[in-house]
Amino acid sequence: MSQDATDWIRLEGVRVIDPFRGQDQEGDVLVGDGTFQEPTLSPRSRVRTMSGRGLWLVPRLTDMHVHFRAPGQEWKEDFQSGSMAAAHGGFSVVATMANTDPVVDSVSLIQWQKAEAQALGLVEVVPIGAVTKGLGGEELAELWTMEQGGAGGFSDDGRPVASSALMRAALSYSSTMRHPIIQHAEDLELSHLGVMHEGDVSGRLGLTGIPLEAESAMVWRDVQLAALTNGRLHIAHISSLGALEALAWAKSRGLKVTAEVAPHHLFFTDARVDSPAYDTATKVNPPLRPDNVRQALLAALKTGLIDAVASDHAPHHADEKDRPYAQAAFGISGLETSLAAMITIGLGEAEMTPLALFERMTRAPHRILGMDYGGVVAGARADFALIDPKARWRVEPAGWYSKGKNSPWMGTELTGRVISTMYGGHWTLQEGEVVRCVQL
Amino acid sequence: MDLISLNDWSDDDLIALLDLASAMKAVIRRPIKKVPTLRGKAVANVFFEASTRTRNSFELAGKYLGADVINFQGSGSSIEKGETLWDTVRTLQAMRLDAVVVRHGASGVPQVMAEHLEVPVINAGDGTHHHPTQGLLDVMTVRERFGHVEGLTVAIVGDVLHSRVARSDIEGFVRLGAKIRLVGPPSLMPSGLESQHVAVYADLKDGLAGVDVIQVLRIQKERQQSGQIPSLREYHDRWGLTQAALHWAQPKVLVLHPGPQNRGVEIDSQVMEDPVHSAILDQVENGVAVRMAVLYRLIGGEGVSA
Repeated sequence: MSQDATDWIRLEGVRVIDPFRGQDQEGDVLVGDGTFQEPTLSPRSRVRTMSGRGLWLVPRLTDMHVHFRAPGQEWKEDFQSGSMAAAHGGFSVVATMANTDPVVDSVSLIQWQKAEAQALGLVEVVPIGAVTKGLGGEELAELWTMEQGGAGGFSDDGRPVASSALMRAALSYSSTMRHPIIQHAEDLELSHLGVMHEGDVSGRLGLTGIPLEAESAMVWRDVQLAALTNGRLHIAHISSLGALEALAWAKSRGLKVTAEVAPHHLFFTDARVDSPAYDTATKVNPPLRPDNVRQALLAALKTGLIDAVASDHAPHHADEKDRPYAQAAFGISGLETSLAAMITIGLGEAEMTPLALFERMTRAPHRILGMDYGGVVAGARADFALIDPKARWRVEPAGWYSKGKNSPWMGTELTGRVISTMYGGHWTLQEGEVVRCVQL
Repeated sequence: MDLISLNDWSDDDLIALLDLASAMKAVIRRPIKKVPTLRGKAVANVFFEASTRTRNSFELAGKYLGADVINFQGSGSSIEKGETLWDTVRTLQAMRLDAVVVRHGASGVPQVMAEHLEVPVINAGDGTHHHPTQGLLDVMTVRERFGHVEGLTVAIVGDVLHSRVARSDIEGFVRLGAKIRLVGPPSLMPSGLESQHVAVYADLKDGLAGVDVIQVLRIQKERQQSGQIPSLREYHDRWGLTQAALHWAQPKVLVLHPGPQNRGVEIDSQVMEDPVHSAILDQVENGVAVRMAVLYRLIGGEGVSA
């Protein structure tokens, strides 16, 4: 498709679902010079006009929890494949976790990650820095210095900050900053050797279980510490009833506590581990839960108790999954199914409005990560996804941009497809194909 | 056809197999045991986890039927040189074996191997999942003594959580119409096994009241180190099978143990050696017969009555 970089773009008759302004209405959208423009403006440049009929425009889809694996584990993912997967998934902002090798626990690695992403120009990467040096759980990393260098939050994700004293220190310190401590809540002694949810299915399959309480016990501790310190706590991939109760308690107290949920915890149950039996694509931490928990999580997303949706995109090489269940890697490659899975289940089963659903995937992660964005208004950077909300498609990871093909959705039919993604006024995805080598 | 868990097979198949195993038992009691039934067939025992009894039992079963049997040890082999499990499986396939007997410490491995392999896969124990030939030999032993299984009550005592034997016994006995009681410390009971045929008891006396069969599970010393039981002594005092405890069951109660036993912990020596109640050595003999029947059934053809 020939497109001059200076061309302006006019989308006519598109349904603009803009949670940043709280508006959902059909209209025209004009993009030029990298930003949204007043649709009534008569531009000096050439304008390419496209019909947006039947499509949804959602500004700045944000996945606040992804693993791009670089530096150090590029056989799983790197910034190019991860950024392409993000564009394919409709995202213009992602927050990358720090559990790389070496660990992102210094400002130089924060800056390196941002530079890698900027050179590719496919998605804005907000690096999350480690809470503790080397994820060692013993000494705080230089949180403020990393924040100055562009870190959007702090997490030892993959592991919890296990020490109560250190978690208290981290939350206390975060009360002076704009960005949250993101906790992967897991009592490692309760979850020891566990590979799936502890319940009927694990009992039947003879797999060691992880009880719900491995998560909820630590979340209760953490919200108490948030109260003690007035710190900013964000609960990653929430997956238990007890944690929902702790979250509600914290919010009722007016604490700075937020939470995200992953699409796979809303879509699948632990029964999926047995169907087909021992499918390692289902192995993820926290594990897939029983249906009563799944339904409670979905309800909490709808009410807003759970603030955000984040994929916990965790790509792995096939060899790391092609092992006995107990020895396979934890994680689901989620960037390229997240949006469709949420349209399918959030708008379907949960009967959320599109505006409410996309709020959890745009404005809420911005709020949590302390980022500002105006939405589809003149002057705001033109970041958006164009979605065909009716398209039905079958998940085929072999064709993905992510190196990680590990998906429990393989072969599943989902509703809602990203047609195009724009980032900074440039197409990063057109007609379902990633546009490479965009220079901003 | 594979044998991963007893639920893979129909009731008719199970009963036919038990009948076949009885015929096989007659074969191994002959002075010259070896029959040419599986001559020219090759069976691999692929054991990724240490085993003496089960491996020897499968090896003899194959040899008594005239098959060539190789033993493939998972440790000290290509696995330790970095070969993946599935590469090993493909290697076995290329050797033109007729059946693969597999034991692995991780639940689910035989099932996934069966999906990779065209030849029959026989589960010789996977993690804490299933051990179907043990379930069969236990059912066979009980059926031999009582003449039937239907209507009996079987207590399985001990560390059910970590027991693949318990899961296979439950399937086998329930399928043939028995009731199951799981008896032991709550910290060693999994969820998901209870049903209308399976009840859970914490108290040994309640659990053994009036039962026809007691299957005693091995208690591993690691359970003490991991804090699931306070001590082997206290375990013995509360759940160990003693002569006195036998009196809570019905007078002709049959005692089973899959072995190897910790005498004085989960079972007393006097109970093990009790000539009336203990069927522990019958289990071992029946194990060979059952495995002969399984091999015969899977690679020797169908519908044959010996």
